[in-house]
Order: sequence, then structure tokens, then C-alpha cells
Amino acid sequence: MSNEALFTYTLRLADDLLILSHRLGEWCGHGPVLEEDIALTNRALDHIGEARNLLTYAGEVEGKGRTEDDLAFLRNERQFLNTKLVEQPNGDYAHTIVRSFLFDAYHLPLAEALLKSSDAQLAAIAGKAVKEAQYHLRHSNDWLIRFGDGTEESHQRAQIALDNLWTFTGDLFTQDEVHQAMVKAGVAPDLTKIKATFDATVDKVLSEATLKRPVDGFMASGGRQGKHGEQLGFILAEMQYLQRAYPGATW
Amino acid sequence: MSDTTKREALFQAKVDSEQKIEPKDWMPEKYRKNLIRQISQHAHSEVVGMLPEGNWISRAPSLKRKAILLAKVQDEAGHGLYLYSAAETLGTSREQTIDDLLSGKAKYSSIFNYPTLTWADIGAVGWLVDGAAIMNQVMLCRTSYGPYARAMVRICKEESFHQRQGYEIMAVLAKGSPEQKEMAQDALNRWWWPSLMMFGPTDANSPHSAESMKWKIKRQSNDELRQTFIDRTVQQAEVIGLTIPDPDLKWNEATQHYDWGAIDWAEFNSVVAGNGPCNKERLAARNKAHNDGAWVREAAMAYAAKKAERKAA
Ligand SMILES: [Fe+2]
Ligand SMILES: [Fe+2]
Ligand SMILES: [Fe+2]
Repeated sequence: MSNEALFTYTLRLADDLLILSHRLGEWCGHGPVLEEDIALTNRALDHIGEARNLLTYAGEVEGKGRTEDDLAFLRNERQFLNTKLVEQPNGDYAHTIVRSFLFDAYHLPLAEALLKSSDAQLAAIAGKAVKEAQYHLRHSNDWLIRFGDGTEESHQRAQIALDNLWTFTGDLFTQDEVHQAMVKAGVAPDLTKIKATFDATVDKVLSEATLKRPVDGFMASGGRQGKHGEQLGFILAEMQYLQRAYPGATW
Repeated sequence: MSDTTKREALFQAKVDSEQKIEPKDWMPEKYRKNLIRQISQHAHSEVVGMLPEGNWISRAPSLKRKAILLAKVQDEAGHGLYLYSAAETLGTSREQTIDDLLSGKAKYSSIFNYPTLTWADIGAVGWLVDGAAIMNQVMLCRTSYGPYARAMVRICKEESFHQRQGYEIMAVLAKGSPEQKEMAQDALNRWWWPSLMMFGPTDANSPHSAESMKWKIKRQSNDELRQTFIDRTVQQAEVIGLTIPDPDLKWNEATQHYDWGAIDWAEFNSVVAGNGPCNKERLAARNKAHNDGAWVREAAMAYAAKKAERKAA
């Protein structure tokens, strides 16, 4: 197993959380009800916390002295390795909840599997993440059920969000050579197993929510290779602005 | 003595002997109204205050700062919730209170009608705005109305953390590059006077003050609190090498306090009247969040009703 593969894999894990946290932070002060401002911020804080642990570790694995901030603020669009799902705009609250639900349904079994990673540090980070991920999935699945089984409008909005975002779940489960090397080394789980748990969660929640599972059509990919949608550039432009404008400054 | 006079005398005796007034106790109608106005204004300030600070979450310059800022703005949402609950104990509904904010009928602290233009403003807001708020809130921990006092005790702990974080942002900028130091000084220049205005009009011109003091809703006057804040903050600015933008500021040996220059009350009145730099944006943002969220709240209620029905069946 090369350090480079482990570095890439750790960045993939980190970038999902960093970018999703950024998106959720955009809601702060604009939520549909004050309790949800608090809940979304909670999630944003959990995600950024896990992202920081992973980025710090990625810097150590790489061994070139890069810090969490170097990796977050000084990489460019093509060097970010998050899935396309998490960079999708917030949209209405249904889009935000569905995006989180799809991510949570993947993130929880992933974190559980990483507990058994041969990489002690990734296993330790997952140890803290599992409890949080359980709470996240409960929060997003509760809202999805409320929407699906709430009013006609909320049902419709949830179904539209699901139909719009479904294609991006493809990106969550692609396994390239880097991933396969990680599986072989016992670092990462085989994603077909994660996908089975994901499918079961999605089917159970959607049936309770009386929503239709979209048919797998064209499924997006490329995020793990740094081929993103146009939105990511704007996220980075905003997120990295101060570090780029004042190189080397301490904050 | 009439019944009301007797009750009023009893009420005042209770206040004078430092017993807390609780929701079920009898209270003069004006006391109730005064408190509803003050607590809901306070709640609205917490919620509107999330906007200028939330404005920098996406641009925070490090992951640590971003996490701290997220947590801070989240605290303010929590403060809003405690305070809306405290207001509800006086017989108002949260819906009505929020509607009054959205329609522009209710006020919130005018300080939040100023924009956060640079990252240093996040430091200045924590240091000065939370710092000024604490002066008021520490006093309110001993306010005569029980639920308000208890909400304040929880809030104060978090506010002092906010103040320290803001000051630390300023301290780091002040010893950073010349550009960073300039950013910090500029933020102090813009936020200083509005922060002093947060304590409200001078005692001579403060419409609700005398009654509030008699009922121990307030325990120190606007001018006393303002003086304490100035004395403390001038020293903090000195420590980090920033200059308070007041040429008349000087230590007074006789009073053992700082003397300071004249506050521009015309500006204060104009911002209160709705003509600050961001009044329209703030109210528009709150209205947009409320309107966009209407279907979400309706869905939650509809689902809860269905669930209750199924349980009953
Ligand atoms: Fe505050
Ligand atoms: Fe607060
Ligand atoms: Fe605060």
C-alpha cells in the first residue's frame, strides 16, 4: 500500500465532510424555524470536526508538512475529491434534507465499517463519527418522513428533490484503483457492502415517507477524480478568499 | 386601600425584598407589558444578530475560526429560543412575537443594522457587541422576573466566551501584517460608537428607565453601564495596540473613570427609525426565511396531526 493512495483516500473522506459542512453553514440564520437553524449548525459542526481530523491526518500521511488549513484553503478545484452530491446547492429545505439523507445513509455504514479499518487513525476518527452519524441519519430521515407524509406540497417537494439528487448517489459508490488498493490493504470497506446497507435504509425510509425511489438512470461520477460540477469553484472562491488574498497570514 | 393598590404594594414589597416574581404571581399590567417588550426585543436581537455574523461563516479564514463562528451563531439561536420561551411565560405566543418582528412593529438592537464588511468585523462584533451586551446581561441575571433571570444566567456564560473569542480575533489581527492591523483598526473605528449606543439613550432621555429601576427589571442605569464598558474596553484596546476612535477620551483622576466624547444621537435615532445601513436587508432576510419555511412548518404540523390520529385510532 502506498502512502499516496492512503493520502488520496483520506482526502476523499475529508472533502465530503468539509464541503457538506460549508453548504450547511450557508443556512445559518436562514432556517425555516429556529430549532432547525440549531440542528443544521450542529451537523455543520460535526462535519467540520470530522473533516479537520481527517485533513490533519492526510497532512501527516503525505509527510510534506501541510496542515488542515493548507489542505482546505490552498488546493484548487481539480484537487478536491468530494462526491458531487455534497457540493449541490442548498435549494429549498427539501433539497437540503434529501442531500443530507442520502449522504447520511452512506456515511453511517461507512463510519461503522471504518471502525474495523487496518489504519488505526482512520478507525479512531470513525469511532467518534459513528455516534454523530447516527444522530444525523435520524434527523434527516425524520424530516424526510414528515415531508413525504406531511402535506401535498411537502410531498411533492421531497419527491422532486429526490429525483434531482438521485443521480449523484452514483458518485458515492464508484470504486477505482485507489479504492481497490485501500480495500485490499484492509483500510477501506468494499463499497458494494456499504451500498447494500444504503439501499436498505433508503427503501425503508422512502416507504414510510410514501415517496418513490427514483430509477437508476444516468448516474454521476467523477468527483473522486476531481471532476466536479461548476458549483464547486464558487464554493472554493468564497471559502478560500482570505487565505488566497493574504498569503501566509495567520488568523 | 383598593384591591389593586393593595396588590401593588405587596408586589413592590416582594420586589424590594429581592424575591423573584414568577409567572403565576400577580403583577401590574405595566410590569408585564414592559417585560414582554424587553424580553421579545432581546430575543429578536439574538436572532437578527445571527445575520451579520453568519455573513462570514462561508469566508472564515481557517477551519478553527469557521468552527468557532458556527458555534457562536448557533449559541445565539439558542439564546433566541430561551428568550422566546421566557416571553411566553408572560402570556404571549411565539408566533405573535415573531410576527411583530417581521412586520417591523417590534424593535431589535440597532447594532445589527450595521454591516460586517471585513473579517475583522467578526472580531469587533464579538469583542464590542457581545462585550456591551454582557454588561446588560450580567445585570439582568438579577432581574426581578424569575424566568428572565434564569434565562440570562445560561446566556451570560456563553456570551463571555463570545467576547473572549472576538477579542482574540482582534488580538491576532493587531499583531499580524500591516494590512491585518489596519483591518482591525478600521473595524474598531466603525463599531466603537454604535457599541456605545447599545446601552440606549442617556439616563435623562430614557423613557422606560425609572419604572424599570423601581421594579428591579434593571438595576443599573444606561449611563452607568456605558461607563463600565468604556473603562474596561479602553484598557483592552491598549493591550493589543489599537486606538479608540475618540479624540476626547481621557482618564479622569478625580472620577477614576474615562471621560469620553459626544455620542451622535442623531445617528442613533435615525438607525432606530429604520434608516441604518442594513435595516431593510435584515428584515427582508428574516421575512424570507419565515416565508420560505412556511411549507416546512406546515408539513411538520400536518404530519404530527396524522400521527396523533393514527395513534388514537
Ligand atoms: Fe448577542
Ligand atoms: Fe446571545
Ligand atoms: Fe453572543
